[in-house]
Amino acid sequence: MSKQTNIRTKLTLASATLLQVGSAGAADAQDAWDVSSAILIYQENDGRVTAIEPVINGRKEIADGEMVNIKLVLDALTGASPTGAKIDTTTPQTFTTPSGNADTVTTVAGETPLDDTFHDTRVAVSGSWEMPVIDEYSRVIVGGNVSKEFDYMSLGISANFLRDYNNRNTTLSAALGLSSDTISPSGGIPIPFENMRAANSGFINRDGSDDSKTISDLIFGVTQVINRSTLMQFNLGLSSTSGYMNDPYKVISLVDGSGNLITPSLSDERPYEYESRPDSRSRTTFYWKTVHHLTEDVINLSYRYYTDDWGIDSHTIDFHYRYELGNGSYLQPHLRYYTQTAADFYTTSLVDTAARPEFASADYRLGEFVTNTYGLKYGMPTGENSEFTVRAEVISQVQSDDITADLDSFILQFGYDFRF
Amino acid sequence: MHKLFFLACLVSLSACTTVQPWEKDLLAKPSMSLVPSEIDNALDEHIYFSKEASLGGQGVGGGGCGCN
Repeated sequence: MSKQTNIRTKLTLASATLLQVGSAGAADAQDAWDVSSAILIYQENDGRVTAIEPVINGRKEIADGEMVNIKLVLDALTGASPTGAKIDTTTPQTFTTPSGNADTVTTVAGETPLDDTFHDTRVAVSGSWEMPVIDEYSRVIVGGNVSKEFDYMSLGISANFLRDYNNRNTTLSAALGLSSDTISPSGGIPIPFENMRAANSGFINRDGSDDSKTISDLIFGVTQVINRSTLMQFNLGLSSTSGYMNDPYKVISLVDGSGNLITPSLSDERPYEYESRPDSRSRTTFYWKTVHHLTEDVINLSYRYYTDDWGIDSHTIDFHYRYELGNGSYLQPHLRYYTQTAADFYTTSLVDTAARPEFASADYRLGEFVTNTYGLKYGMPTGENSEFTVRAEVISQVQSDDITADLDSFILQFGYDFRF
Repeated sequence: MHKLFFLACLVSLSACTTVQPWEKDLLAKPSMSLVPSEIDNALDEHIYFSKEASLGGQGVGGGGCGCN
């Protein structure tokens, strides 16, 4: 036996022994739940949305290679959300609340019209089960999720097949997700391009009480060990949505040829119309991520290219740097850059006398903008299997047009991970 | 631009060497997982999903909501 082969054999034995020790440790973990918990506080500027979101996630190994995961999320929202109506610098604007039978909301001249009836509590439960299939190199993860808020319900199922190749240095995966969402907006489903009417006007501008959409997602992925300290992932995602995709709470301002808000001819009419979006949407994503270990620190860098048939293209770059402080504590700066083009049918207003397009929306999220995120996280171990974390992030969204207000938001999150 | 991106991916995949099991000490660290904190990732995805028009890329089964 050559010296090299001898060393190789010894190393193999040594690593096998290490692996046995590892599996003995895993046996202890088999009876325990690994729990991650966090509370997120999210706050937008100018009295817009405030959210408080507690999350708890439990993960347990129930048999060799078999894991279950259960997650519960609560999401309590208060505040106000832009209606889509444009700012009028000279005159206060009056809106009917979404229910159509309540009093009106008046916006101060020069301020972004907001719907302040926006408050909601969402409860979401999801679970997944990972199990080996076929042989020791393949596994399947099946999952399901339910999310419920007062006007919205989402049900989803997913399956992910993964197989290791090349001495477990390459993993190929194929995942399928199906989701069915139902929306039951306050006041019913607005008819696209119908006028908002004064409260209790008696005019019918709604059609039915609820509507739905279905979403199918398919993702093919490759994860590759590049070398001893670098891991890389590449995903191709295809997604198709069909059904109701309007935002029932969004309107578009009606203007005259000079861009000024019109005065409607009928006394109960308001100078706003409900939006209209296509009932199908196809999305494609290319996602690349690399994780690289420096001497002590870790870099996590990803890029996503997104394109859809509504005309939206986007680029996202996400960067985390884990800076080890010693004794398991770390500081982790986070930078994210996002830019998107506007949907083909995005507009900030409609000229009242002109023919209506097939589709139109003034939802700022379908406009052209850039989002920058700056964050910092601190983590410290509090025991053998527990860790406390805190993170703060600032998100700044800058719209390309001068009409739509920019958005600044702030995140504060506390987390605690433990085993029991 | 996209062709260059694909080319970079292919080159990076072909450049890799086989890493033996006993050389995976660094790769096995929790900080080296693709998603070191599932909770942070899910919360961030949810925020960006409700404020931007893009979604997806990382995985399936995120769960919808009325926020978008």
